[in-house]
Amino acid sequence: MRLADTPLPTVSLGARLRDQALGLFGSPLNITLTLVVLAALAAILPSLVQWAIIDAAFLPATPETCRAETGACWSFVIAKHSQILFGIYPPDERWRPALVCVGLLGLLIYSVRPSAWRPWLAGVWLGMLAVVQLLMGGGEFGLTPVPTTLWGGLPITLILTVVAIGLGFPLAILLALARRSDLPVIRVLSVIFIETTRALPLLSILFIASIMLPLLLPEALLPDKLVRALIALLLFAAAYMAEVIRGGLQAIPRGQYEAAEALGLGYWTTRRLVVLPQAIAIAIPALANTIIVMIKNTSLVLVVGLFDLISSGKAALADPSWNSPSAETYIFVSAIYFGLCFSFGRFADSLERRSKVAR
Amino acid sequence: MSEVSPQGGPAIEINGLHKWFGEFHALRGVDLTVQTGERIVICGPSGSGKSTLIRCVNQLERHQRGSIFVNGLEATADPKRHEAIRRNVGMVFQSFNLFPHLTVLENCTLAPIWVSKVRKVAAEERAMALLERVRIPEQASKYPGQLSGGQQQRVAIARSLCMNPKVMLFDEPTSALDPEMVKEVLDTMLALAEEGMTMLVVTHEMGFARQAADRVIFMDEGKIVETAGPAAFFDDPQHERTRSFLGQLLH
Repeated sequence: MRLADTPLPTVSLGARLRDQALGLFGSPLNITLTLVVLAALAAILPSLVQWAIIDAAFLPATPETCRAETGACWSFVIAKHSQILFGIYPPDERWRPALVCVGLLGLLIYSVRPSAWRPWLAGVWLGMLAVVQLLMGGGEFGLTPVPTTLWGGLPITLILTVVAIGLGFPLAILLALARRSDLPVIRVLSVIFIETTRALPLLSILFIASIMLPLLLPEALLPDKLVRALIALLLFAAAYMAEVIRGGLQAIPRGQYEAAEALGLGYWTTRRLVVLPQAIAIAIPALANTIIVMIKNTSLVLVVGLFDLISSGKAALADPSWNSPSAETYIFVSAIYFGLCFSFGRFADSLERRSKVAR
Repeated sequence: MSEVSPQGGPAIEINGLHKWFGEFHALRGVDLTVQTGERIVICGPSGSGKSTLIRCVNQLERHQRGSIFVNGLEATADPKRHEAIRRNVGMVFQSFNLFPHLTVLENCTLAPIWVSKVRKVAAEERAMALLERVRIPEQASKYPGQLSGGQQQRVAIARSLCMNPKVMLFDEPTSALDPEMVKEVLDTMLALAEEGMTMLVVTHEMGFARQAADRVIFMDEGKIVETAGPAAFFDDPQHERTRSFLGQLLH
């Protein structure tokens, strides 16, 4: 029987309430803390509710509704949600990025279940990226071509995140293994790459990719601006994740390698089936941390002129007929980031608990 | 299979073996021939090189001088050769070294499936038969962390046997066990010895040596000091160092 199947001890409601009460009022320190928190809530909550709900403007979603109210201007978010979500993508074609977002999020949700982890899932993802390119870019099957300079908003954030982490992770594993290799050339190359990438700010790497590369490479060889930013993010994410995975690798006792070798397992089989599953399980909390940072790092592509979620929100605010309700817009955008990062955090947490059962 | 030694040839042939760890001279010219089906117990004080010697047999340690033939295959520096030798040599470690992220059954089927390319169903069938033999088939779906030390070591033995080895190496298999669990592991090893497995066992369990060994080897300072049948070894040791070691062991 797995530990996870063990029923939790049932605790009566009364006992649970008593535990809660003890936690809140059990000692002088707890009583003080509880009162301080209650006072802070009492000071903040009423005015927040007043602003966000009671005095807020909702429908009809016009500038006039907002001028008539003193609170939050949600009308703007309602009226502009498609521009915030999809940036300057041609309005008539916005069903395409919408479909891309639904597809990417759907496949992500499907992929987090361990029972879905089969080799063909990687193929499905590669196919998905082809579909994303086709839907966003168009030019085939009667879809109007849309250049990447017009792509924007949530699909950009999702594409950057998924590709940077999805391709960065396998690269990170190779870098981590290379850094512990017995072959000096491979080890030195890995160290140089990781240390250089970590030593540079992400902003400067993005600038190199988008501004320096066009000066160095002939136009025919130059990849698209989005692809350049993507590669920059991917390499940056890989360098950080490689160090986290290396930390996990260092925690694996020598005996594990020796047992695998004694059974006749070769280098790659040992790594794939014995060492990496344990090392990655150990590294889950730190990996999740790095990945969540990377999800938010994708917003930095705005400095090289790509319209991610935050920059398209900012662009929407430029409409002069509205009184630029920036707090409302950023709350909306933040809620989406929060949804992405928080869900990922829960996913990492469930993975961690799953791997603990097996110990 | 080309790895098979000619019928009746020695299972292991070691000549003039030297091994250094940096400055430390761990093995100083060891010669040892083990016939197929022979059971050999190696004992000696810590640092005498006994573990290093058997770890050289499956090339977990590379020797620097001398030669080792296992089932007719010479242990060269070629990693492919190491894998070929290891396919016929099982090893049981002091600290079990089971794979904690895999169930007992998965521990046993990993190498047959990925090294010998046995089909999963067949590998599981054989693993269950061997878990039966070490008398823990009911633990097959548990993880190593849920088992006692003695049970883990019996799984480790079953895991090695799943590869159908011609030679089994035991590196102090009972040293990390609580006293009450030593017997269950020794019984398993005795049963294996009775079935005619070629065994090299580093241990201080002198009862096991008396009962199962064809020869007992005493090592000290990287050399084989004395080799004898168990009766002669324990009752009439020839060397002063053997005598003092046995004296310490018995008191």
